[in-house]
Amino acid sequence: MASVVIYGAMFVVPGDPASLLVGGSKPNPEALAAIRRQFHLDEPFWQSYLRWLGGAVRGDFGTSLVYRSPVADLIAARALTTLLLVAYAAIVIIVAGVGLGLLAGWKERRAGAVITVATTVMMGAPTFVMAVVFVAVFATGLGWFPVFGAGSGLADRLWHLTLPAFALAFSWIAYVAQMTRASVREELRSEHVDTARGRGVPERSILRRHVLRNASGPILTVSGLTVAGLFAGTAVAEQAFGINGVGALLVQSAAKQDLAIVQAISLVLVVAFVMVNMLVDVANALLDPRATRRTAG
Amino acid sequence: MSALLSIDRLRVELPAKKGSRTVIHDVSLDVRAGEAVALVGESGSGKSMTTRAVMRLLPEGARLSGEIRFDGVSIPGMDRRALRRWRATRVGMVFQDPRAHINPVRRIGDFLMEGVRLDGRLSAGQARERVSRLMRAVGVADVDRRLSQYPHELSGGLLQRVMIAAALATEPDLLLADEPTTALDVTTQEEVVAIIDGLRRERGLAMLFITHDLDLAAAVCDRIAVMYAGSIVEERPAGALTPDASHPYTRGLLAARPEIGRREPRLRTIEGRPISAFEVGDGCAFATRCPMVRDLCRRERPAPVHVTGGRVACHFAGEAEPQAVVGDGAAR
Amino acid sequence: MSVLQLAAAPGSPEITSRAYRFGALTAVACAVVTLLTLAAVFAPAVAPYDPTQVDPSAVYQGPGGAHLLGTDDVGRDILSRLLYGARASLLGPAIVVVVAAVVGTLVAVSAAWIGGRFDAFVSRGLDVIFAFPGLVLAIVAVAVIGPGLMAPAAALSISYVPYIARVLRTAAIRQRNLPYIAALEVQGFGAAAICARHLVPNLLPLLIVQATVAFGYALLDLSAVSFLGLGTQPPAPEWGLMVANGQPSIVAGHLEQSLSAGLTIVIAVVAFNLLGQGLSRVFLGEDR
Ligand SMILES: Nc1ncnc2c1ncn2[C@@H]1O[C@H](COP(=O)(O)OP(=O)(O)O)[C@@H](O)[C@H]1O
Ligand code: SF4
Ligand SMILES: [Mg+2]
Repeated sequence: MASVVIYGAMFVVPGDPASLLVGGSKPNPEALAAIRRQFHLDEPFWQSYLRWLGGAVRGDFGTSLVYRSPVADLIAARALTTLLLVAYAAIVIIVAGVGLGLLAGWKERRAGAVITVATTVMMGAPTFVMAVVFVAVFATGLGWFPVFGAGSGLADRLWHLTLPAFALAFSWIAYVAQMTRASVREELRSEHVDTARGRGVPERSILRRHVLRNASGPILTVSGLTVAGLFAGTAVAEQAFGINGVGALLVQSAAKQDLAIVQAISLVLVVAFVMVNMLVDVANALLDPRATRRTAG
Repeated sequence: MSALLSIDRLRVELPAKKGSRTVIHDVSLDVRAGEAVALVGESGSGKSMTTRAVMRLLPEGARLSGEIRFDGVSIPGMDRRALRRWRATRVGMVFQDPRAHINPVRRIGDFLMEGVRLDGRLSAGQARERVSRLMRAVGVADVDRRLSQYPHELSGGLLQRVMIAAALATEPDLLLADEPTTALDVTTQEEVVAIIDGLRRERGLAMLFITHDLDLAAAVCDRIAVMYAGSIVEERPAGALTPDASHPYTRGLLAARPEIGRREPRLRTIEGRPISAFEVGDGCAFATRCPMVRDLCRRERPAPVHVTGGRVACHFAGEAEPQAVVGDGAAR
Repeated sequence: MSVLQLAAAPGSPEITSRAYRFGALTAVACAVVTLLTLAAVFAPAVAPYDPTQVDPSAVYQGPGGAHLLGTDDVGRDILSRLLYGARASLLGPAIVVVVAAVVGTLVAVSAAWIGGRFDAFVSRGLDVIFAFPGLVLAIVAVAVIGPGLMAPAAALSISYVPYIARVLRTAAIRQRNLPYIAALEVQGFGAAAICARHLVPNLLPLLIVQATVAFGYALLDLSAVSFLGLGTQPPAPEWGLMVANGQPSIVAGHLEQSLSAGLTIVIAVVAFNLLGQGLSRVFLGEDR
């Protein structure tokens, strides 16, 4: 569905990619025709779409007009860095976001208002602004982290990816924290928590066994949505920190109107988004005994 | 003889949009060890709030005045630890809606074991043994399977039995039962009441039994307190209520009782709308509906007066009332 | 007799008192939004310098003195650039929100009114759009149409339709089932007339709340696109672009440009967000 939209958008492109490629104000018509044939630019929409989709399924996204090499190779070479960045940011978001939200919901009187204000501000702080702040403070200021690049080897990579991951995570932490707080508050108000309190169950066990466990569904859903959204966010984080990943490739290709790459990466991002959400649905079904029952019977 | 549970001039205010709202005006009630006391009243009269005040499960920001003592110890004055210990060992609570009050994502076994293992004295095996015994005691068959099931896999009646088992699991001295059968269908209602009644007598438990059913109250309790708009208006020994009732509201309730075999109309047949506690003015709370109301009633709130075996709060308690005060369906 | 405050569960009076405190915050947010709008409109009158005036003799001036917020790498006055930048930075989100609000309302009301399979189809479509990250759609649009304000704004207009339409649809369905609509239908009013004169006006508070919050997020997305060099093109002043422009200077310790532009973005987004929350309380009487 989304793939048709992506591909369709490319197809109605006003400029002719072939002439863009050949360059010059008066392109040679024969060269143009040759290139059109080579890149299947002369086919009608559905034929060309199906060819593209068929290739995409097999991992063949065609060839980049700018880099003059297979799109799949270009993406594959950068995928690990981007995945690492997303995973790093995801862990930061879930640990910090759920932790803060739990604290805010539980210690509503003492921490609730402060965390609410803090998260509201955090949610307005985009990745590229936090990138600037982090670089100023932790890289050029304190010199703890490098300013640019992705590093090599796992430890070095993680070290290089720390600032990007935190910049990427920053506003999402606030989002997850707010959602966590809301569902924790709701669970704390639920009647079965009254039962547990009335039985003298210690507050800590109530929080873990009844509140967190019951709120885990919505928390998981929000976290999943967030992680899925991170893939799009890598475009900004990688560009801001000069990391040569898939996101940065997307931005550079968009600037050069290298449509084969943009098509492929947006498809990959959407698939990643959909897959993460599917995983969340599955996990939710496993977590909720009522849902399991429904699917089973 | 001093009471196991003693509620003295309890007053509860809840925070509202503007200021606060009184939901309990004046509740004084004693439950002696081994005794069953019923709290009867229309919906909204403050029965649940009273039990919540006892359990210290009031909504946040609630203001409570008066005193509640258990075995001589002030419950509102307990610190966190004492409160937890008291809740875990001395009192058991059965809520109205077991489906809402039992965590839906935990197994029945977990729910029961959680309470039993709180004081840490029982091993897992012993705890399981006790839980199984209790489940059989509340009439659950096929216990092992039930323990591994989730709440949604059990019927309401079974769940309420589980709740009762959980309340009894720590061998408390006092059972609080807030309309334990209202959410159940009629046939299971009788079974569940029989289980509560039987186990209570067998164990010599004290009980505060909340209901809106006078007959049920009379059947399982030793004493009955009638509540209206946040206050107790009359209290009598269960056997003496029907002949002796002298508060116009109690008389109205008695007259409005359904006849045997005709269950539908319950407390609805007293003329007028039941008011909430916060709507009560200076005078008698029942004045807006009372067939015997006079000027004094609207000016001055009647204080509870001791009468043989009980108490009544009415300026004109026991006076003959005019005929046909209770609207029976045919007249309307 | 003792009076005791019982704390069984954390909660409600705290919330009420915070609502009052947030009332003051809403006022501040409203003031900020007004100021930013005024800055955009009256930039030529209030800006001390020409925002594109390069001055090689006044490169990297610190804040204070002749330049209140300092100058950038080519000696342009940062404050003037921020003031002028409000134009492009607020125009984009305004386009996005207006288009998304109009389209979203049409979609929501027609889905709610027609119902059935059309409604199901619309809901499904909104889900699909919602699943597509706005930023990626904006980048794709740039790849197709070319860089500038219009391509990402157009893409985000589509992206934000579900944000408006989903909430409105639910509210519209609730309205649709109210007796007053049936009464109007009985009186012979047509669907379009009822929708235009009764349904939409009743949805307006909700629409305004959603649009206000969406404005903040659209501002975030659009400034990110500019930061990536795909939106408003230099030398025109725009906040996201200024953050990117100032980035290379950070290593040398010149933070003024990036930081002031970044801070402006954060303040603007938070202000729109708080304003939306405040309006929601005023209009809808609820915390969101
Ligand atoms: N959580 C609450 N917040 C505010 N008011 C409440 C709450 N729960 C109950 N009330 C009010 O307190 C009064 C007593 O309620 P309750 O004790 O539940 O009555 P009963 O159990 O006798 O039906 C009612 O007027 C009810 O509206
Ligand atoms: S005090 Fe007056 S109004 Fe109240 S119950 Fe007695 S007679 Fe009725
Ligand atoms: Mg009740």
